[in-house]
Amino acid sequence: MSETPKTPSGTKPLPPFNAADAGKFFFRRGHPGWLGMRYDDHGEDWVQLELPWREDLLGDPRSNVLASGPIISLMDMASGMSIWQTTGVFTPVVTLDLRVDYQRPARDHANVFGRVECYQTTRSAAFVRGVAHDGDLNDPVAHVAGVFMKISYDPRQKGIAHG
Amino acid sequence: MAELSPEALLPAYARSLGITLHGHESDLPVLCIEFGGNIEGRPGFLHGGATAGLLENAGYAALRTVLMAEGRDPVMKPINITVQYLSAGKPKTTYALARITRLGRRNANLTVEAWQDDRDRPIASAVMNILMA
Repeated sequence: MSETPKTPSGTKPLPPFNAADAGKFFFRRGHPGWLGMRYDDHGEDWVQLELPWREDLLGDPRSNVLASGPIISLMDMASGMSIWQTTGVFTPVVTLDLRVDYQRPARDHANVFGRVECYQTTRSAAFVRGVAHDGDLNDPVAHVAGVFMKISYDPRQKGIAHG
Repeated sequence: MAELSPEALLPAYARSLGITLHGHESDLPVLCIEFGGNIEGRPGFLHGGATAGLLENAGYAALRTVLMAEGRDPVMKPINITVQYLSAGKPKTTYALARITRLGRRNANLTVEAWQDDRDRPIASAVMNILMA
């Protein structure tokens, strides 16, 4: 298996992954589509997505605050996209471990943003960290750390003990 | 211990996602969710966020059940959650059940497991700390 995109000979190689372009089709379907996630911004090694407030995503009947479940989904998705943005390659990844530390509830009726950076990649794994916030990056709703595995890479096939 | 109704156990988000009460085991609620487009990630697989949502709701439902039995009805606030993904979620029914590892006055520690066909091969697990205010 190779980490570089394979194309039939004679065709142009795939362009590098771009979160803004990918967002156009990622959020049309599946769980992210159902949640109404949208692309917001990205840099070389980070991606920021937005989760609009919605009444049927509340976690507690006594408050108008988004449940924490959809925020995990937002951070999981932003994590994956930050990995592809950083490596430039849309290679399948699976979440191995994702940790969310909640600092405070999101504000009433507030949209939540998930900003995740991929700070390290190896041949088999990718490491991410980020914050969920409701407008001010310096006043986060939650901190997140995660580890993802690239499922196209099998270390046994190359005789390498670790990635 | 009194069994609570699905309405008492599941917030708007859980019901909207399609999480239902499957039954009880040792008085604690077993939640489940049917596979569908709204919880799909990679085509043909469960989205990790939806799996986390099921785990987390099973945790809250178990804690709510135990607290109500003690005559307590606090607002529960998440402190943190760590989710371990053990194998890919297939397009099948997924179940989840929590164990309350420690119940204090101000906070609780829970471990939760989610499984599909085989109870002994969980697809994901989580550790949660919850503040009770």
